[in-house]
Amino acid sequence: MAIKGPVPQIPVPVWRNFKDLQEWETHHQKRPEGDQHSAAFDTVTEGIHSFPGGFLVTTVADNFFNWARKSSVWPVTFGLACCAIEMMATFASRFDVERLGMVPWASPRHSDLMIVSGTVTIKMAPMLTRIYDQMPDPKWAVSMGSCANSGGPFRHGYHVVKGVDRVIPVDVYVPGCPPPPESLLNGLLLLQDQIAHFRRTGKRAEPNPKVD
Amino acid sequence: MTTVSTTRQELDYAGSERLTMNMGPQHPSAHGVFRAILQLEGETVVGVDAVIGYLHRCHEKLAETLTYAQYPSIASKTDYVAAMTSEFAYVMAAETIGKIEVPKRAQYLRVITSELQRVASHLLWLGTWCLDMGGALGGGATIFLYCIREREDILDLFESLVGARLLYGFYQVGGVRYDIPDGWAAKCRETVDLIDQRINEYQRMLEENPFFLVRTQGVGVISRDLAEDVGISGPLLRGSGVAFDLRRAAPYSSYEDFEFKIPVETAGDCFARYRVRMVEFRESLAIVRQALDKLPDGPISSRPGLKSVAQTRIPKGETYARVEGARGEVGCYLIADGSAKPYRMKWRGASFSNLAVLPHVIPGHKVADVVAIMGSVDPVFGEVDR
Amino acid sequence: MSSATVSADEARALIAERFSGSQVEGTSPMVVTVAPDAWLPFAAFAKETLGCRFFSFLSATDWKDEGLEVVAKVDNADTNLSLLVKSRLGAGVTTCASLVPVYRGADWMERECYDMFGIRFEGHPDLRRILLQDDWVGHPLLKSYAVDTPYPPYR
Repeated sequence: MAIKGPVPQIPVPVWRNFKDLQEWETHHQKRPEGDQHSAAFDTVTEGIHSFPGGFLVTTVADNFFNWARKSSVWPVTFGLACCAIEMMATFASRFDVERLGMVPWASPRHSDLMIVSGTVTIKMAPMLTRIYDQMPDPKWAVSMGSCANSGGPFRHGYHVVKGVDRVIPVDVYVPGCPPPPESLLNGLLLLQDQIAHFRRTGKRAEPNPKVD
Repeated sequence: MTTVSTTRQELDYAGSERLTMNMGPQHPSAHGVFRAILQLEGETVVGVDAVIGYLHRCHEKLAETLTYAQYPSIASKTDYVAAMTSEFAYVMAAETIGKIEVPKRAQYLRVITSELQRVASHLLWLGTWCLDMGGALGGGATIFLYCIREREDILDLFESLVGARLLYGFYQVGGVRYDIPDGWAAKCRETVDLIDQRINEYQRMLEENPFFLVRTQGVGVISRDLAEDVGISGPLLRGSGVAFDLRRAAPYSSYEDFEFKIPVETAGDCFARYRVRMVEFRESLAIVRQALDKLPDGPISSRPGLKSVAQTRIPKGETYARVEGARGEVGCYLIADGSAKPYRMKWRGASFSNLAVLPHVIPGHKVADVVAIMGSVDPVFGEVDR
Repeated sequence: MSSATVSADEARALIAERFSGSQVEGTSPMVVTVAPDAWLPFAAFAKETLGCRFFSFLSATDWKDEGLEVVAKVDNADTNLSLLVKSRLGAGVTTCASLVPVYRGADWMERECYDMFGIRFEGHPDLRRILLQDDWVGHPLLKSYAVDTPYPPYR
């Protein structure tokens, strides 16, 4: 007869420390205006959409553009610390990201994604903003590792930024210290799902708790 | 005698091509966050101002707030490529002050993991150095992908031992935390044999390549006097003619039980440092084999049950414990004051001293050599900035 | 060369002879405590007479009311003579002689000491902050500086 081991009772998560959550609510960067498009593009899209039956065209266009965008996300190589080594392992042949269409590209002007891998320090934060600003829209940011998510094990240090979301708006958070390549791939696939939710060729969707 | 050319204007270049170029904290050289402000005269570098500190994570101040049981896993994050050697220095310092004995089996396990870390670190070094010199989309990626493939085998060994691939909490004051599972020793031997074989291929591939030889021979010569004066250590020091290896000079953790050669080259250029590291590969693999053969039975820690919330008090005292890491002498100067947390902890990072040699060595070389020299110095910025 | 073969006992004897005010204890590393005005002469002596040409590190400790203490480690790579030289600067004193004329490696180490403790090294060619930004206020490793000092807007 099979012996059943003890079933672990995992307690329901309850926020015990609201201060951290409130801090995050106040300080994290949001993307209020959305991505920049040219005015002509917006006019054309709205025009087609408001035409009777035009929604078919925009839906097909959405699906096409979303597929194209998510299948060719080029990350800018922005390795800061230990997570960079795991990011390099993800880019290498065992946990290939090139099969997802992601070609690591050194120049921010030609890339879509910034994987912030490692601790962001106060000295580095302006450089990070500078690189992020150089990326053209639409752009995404993945915060890799606990240092980029919230400051990580160095949170209480005087020179450490408590999470890269205080500097740039982040789309996907990948936990771990460092996250193994499987976790990072999971995060990148979640990012692809987020991209697939863009509607009217360019408006980001609200986060969907079932999927994101 | 100068002949006047009728088709070309001869311009006078002396002193008028001064340019300041920034090799900023984000660059494709894949070494981490380092900023070098280069003063160029045409294509030749005449001055380097190295700006570091972009990864200063306050290790020394944080160590004063964390106990001796909590800090080793944070210590891994200094030299994050060979994380166990960093933990080793801290744990050894605490054990020296507290006169805590480490059982023999734990010492051998420490040796095995340190040497495997050295091999993994040198594999990453070789891969990224060739990537920098060859270009990410060109030939450089060949050696990079091969080396990462071997490194993944070693990281699999660590994952089955500790549970983590890159940053561990394997060492604790008094010994190590986990014992090797069944079948690990056999898998380790297999991996070691495979890597030994593959390194021969890579060495042949590189040394028969004339571009590699031209880019590394005679480039970045560090004289013996400069090497000792600045305090560089590890393969850089041994590549400049000083036969100083802490495993032989001040043996710790049973290194005196193993037979291994210390490679020394006198040329002091990038090629010499490459040769030193290639020999170190093979010697480390030999040490791992010897240690697995002679692994004694026994406890793995003299303080078992020490988990992260337990406290261990180290009596008053101070010491400087050093370890031969993959990049050189990694040391921990620890002042303990009788409580569960250190009073002062200073990391002597090997890469900090190694990087300090750049302003003395780079001037006089061309811009393309800067990348080759930086790669052969092999800095890890967790150690530089702490 | 005679200085390359100085052993630990010979070193002890030489130090007692030249720097009579210093205390020596231990063998590995040999801890030598000198007075602040003997800091640079001792370093020159260690390099020339004792053959300690390998400069390992230089740092400091904050002993709160008793003041700061600088510590340097130099080794003789040929004989494994390893010296840890310490010097208490005294309560309230924040200046010290620079070792850069003797050891080139002291350059970055002293900049880091200045950055973290505020010790001004006299004779240093280029004393500025190395790990923190140039306009940072405060010296973090002093015991009076809190580890989680805020720095808006980042933390």
